[in-house]
Amino acid sequence: MQPYWNAYLFIVLFLVVGILLPVGSLWLVGPLLRPKNPRPEKLTSYESGVEPFGDAHVRYHVRYYLFALLFVVFDVETLFLYPWAVAYGKLGWFGFIEMLIFLVLLAIGLAYAWRKKVLEWN
Amino acid sequence: MWQWQTQPLTWSTFLAMLIGTVVILLLALGVVTYGILAERKVLGWMQGRIGPNRVGPFGLLQTVADVLKLFIKEDVVPAAADRPLFLLAPVLAFVPAFMALAVIPFSMQHIFTAGIGTGLLYYLALSALTIHGVMLGGWASNNKYSLIGGMRSAAQMLSYEVPLGLSLVGVALLAGSLNLNDVVRAQQHLGLWFIIPQFLGFCVFIVAATAELNRTPFDLPEAESELVAGYHTEYSGFRWAFFMLTEYVYLFAMAGLTATLFLGGWSGPWLPGWLWFALKAAAFFFFQFWLRNTMPRIRADQLMTLCWKVLLPLGLVNLVLTAVLKAVLLKG
Repeated sequence: MQPYWNAYLFIVLFLVVGILLPVGSLWLVGPLLRPKNPRPEKLTSYESGVEPFGDAHVRYHVRYYLFALLFVVFDVETLFLYPWAVAYGKLGWFGFIEMLIFLVLLAIGLAYAWRKKVLEWN
Repeated sequence: MWQWQTQPLTWSTFLAMLIGTVVILLLALGVVTYGILAERKVLGWMQGRIGPNRVGPFGLLQTVADVLKLFIKEDVVPAAADRPLFLLAPVLAFVPAFMALAVIPFSMQHIFTAGIGTGLLYYLALSALTIHGVMLGGWASNNKYSLIGGMRSAAQMLSYEVPLGLSLVGVALLAGSLNLNDVVRAQQHLGLWFIIPQFLGFCVFIVAATAELNRTPFDLPEAESELVAGYHTEYSGFRWAFFMLTEYVYLFAMAGLTATLFLGGWSGPWLPGWLWFALKAAAFFFFQFWLRNTMPRIRADQLMTLCWKVLLPLGLVNLVLTAVLKAVLLKG
């Protein structure tokens, strides 16, 4: 299975080259070309022209967490579907019924979230 | 030297791989440069303007000039920012977007890219990673607009990741493989682009893809009228340019994925494969520019409702229908 692993080495190369481009241009070459004269006024945070007040790291709305949780549930279930999709040709109707049961469970979860009004952005 | 998928690893195949990676990097940079110019030209024409035409012949060097200008601009890091994360965020956003290109089959064989068996899963995993750069950039800026923009981006991209992934299961089902080149071959074998048997899936995919790319009508994270510039409000110079680059590299990757999965990839009569691929990817680009000129921005609550109450159920329905179709085809 030697050639099989070659493709993964390729991906490592993409990672290395992908890191080299920003590192090279932002940290190695960039400082030689760009000016650097920071002043206190320049370094204030932008708040539409008024003096920034307070810290921006405030607590944010709980709905972000709810959507993150929904994402975890549904995305993982979607990932379970991929191996099934590839093997479906061999599984036939048995695989179809099994997946239908899985999808119904998933749909019940969605209906529950819908009913609980989690899917609304208000 | 170019057949590394089937040959043992030697220095020569390693060198060929390195060349392939650099070629794809240059290709991506070129596509981004001229994609941005094409976008501005198309927007101009659709609005009865000429578009950029001063720098170089027909304005062809406009984006090059813009990039050079950004390169020699001061790199301002706000005093209140979380410095290490602020510096790191554009890199975190760019690297996965570029790595996603590693599995797109630009031509009949994987010459410049990797033909791994889990290509589609790999693409989905990496495209989801880009969210981290965007969210960390928004958080590390320590600016209220950035934080809200970053959180909105994260919520939007996370939500639309689900229908995007679900709509692609239908393709995997028809092709019986996750290797992107096998998907193209399956379409050739069927004699039909998957956009036809997977039309519902394609509709779900294209809406989710537009939302994933943060493009109009789903450009809420960068809603100028309320959030200034969203997560990159505090970014300037080349660091800002990397966020823009990420956005367009991701657009390129998505165009490649759409062409591969739904439009038959490199397959087509008469013309060479890479040209077919380029034409199909260009059609996706044009579609995105067209949308930007036509659609108003939708509201935040409509955004989430559309994703969870329309696209997700449609994706599930599409999956069941495709499974039935495939089972009938297998019998018949």
